[in-house]
Amino acid sequence: MLTSGKGGVGKTTSAAAIASGLALRSHRTVVIDFDVGLRNLDLIMGCERRVVFDFINVINGDAKLNQALIKDKRNDNLFIFPTSQTRDKDALKRDGVERVLEELKESFDYIVCDSPAGIEHGALTAMYFADSAIIVTNPEVSSVRDSDRIIGLLASKSRRAEFNLEPVAVHLLLARYSPERVRKGEMLTVEDVKEILSIPLLGVIPESESVLRASNTGTPVVFDEESPAGRAYHDAVARFLGEQRELRFLQPERRGFFRALFGRA
Amino acid sequence: MRLLNLLFPERRTSAVIARERLKIVLAHERASRQAPDFLPVLQKELLDVIGRYVEIRSDMIRVNLGRSGDTSLLEINVEIDGTGVKPTKNGAAGDGRATGTRIEGVVAPWVKPG
Repeated sequence: MLTSGKGGVGKTTSAAAIASGLALRSHRTVVIDFDVGLRNLDLIMGCERRVVFDFINVINGDAKLNQALIKDKRNDNLFIFPTSQTRDKDALKRDGVERVLEELKESFDYIVCDSPAGIEHGALTAMYFADSAIIVTNPEVSSVRDSDRIIGLLASKSRRAEFNLEPVAVHLLLARYSPERVRKGEMLTVEDVKEILSIPLLGVIPESESVLRASNTGTPVVFDEESPAGRAYHDAVARFLGEQRELRFLQPERRGFFRALFGRA
Repeated sequence: MRLLNLLFPERRTSAVIARERLKIVLAHERASRQAPDFLPVLQKELLDVIGRYVEIRSDMIRVNLGRSGDTSLLEINVEIDGTGVKPTKNGAAGDGRATGTRIEGVVAPWVKPG
């Protein structure tokens, strides 16, 4: 699951990118929107006009799972499970969610849950069932503080904590990182955030124009081969799957002579 | 490295200030998050034990984990109603001195904050 505490840090962008990255590596993947009432994953994935049934319909037994799952047009391994736009978060009944997740486990390698912001019912429900959590954080004080709070909650309020199982594996994904501002001393460094939160680093996603471009068109940023953010997400997925990869995009981009001359970034 | 830091102290950039503020606030929040889980249970058990000797209601006992300088303080406040003293098993009832008694227990040092 992807979580952050704070809103607007890039959870949905990251959930879409990571789910797509897993699918591109041939893993059958479904990405679920847990943000009941504020549906957005469908827009980011570019399937907003194909939503018929949603997560809540399936929980309530009004629709079958395969009626609600939307198959991605770009990749056969990727499915989108949209949430309800009209219901409120209390519609996420824990036993219903558990039943749906168990059913999904039968046909998918990875279930990526896009958690809502905050620490209310929806976020706690997504968190409860997590085996592994990616904490999306921006190098900014309020985001880091909220991430710390979420890490504490994962350690005490998850199903794994309740049943004394192995704790939820937490990973830090530092998004909207600007090497240029770090160099000027205007932004927390990746080492600062790593040290403060003391959880393993999954990846650093540079602030990039391509992210807004991707959401404008409803194409997860990993499908953009040129984008530094897209490539950084690919690296994060590879690390999640156990590969060793060097961190990239931590230095300010050098503008080559011709680029400087013609001004195309 | 130490010497290097002495010779060239880190510039107080806004990022450095952010890091320091975060470290302080998180140290504080983590400490208060970890401690009080056992307090309700402790309170109930104390209530049971004290209740064997004197009449006591649950609102007459307060258990707090506070902090004073370097040490954490476990503070237990028990108020005893003057009339509520129960006779004990061997017949020696309270001698009435418990009237309006307030037992205050402070245990220290409990935890040394990191």
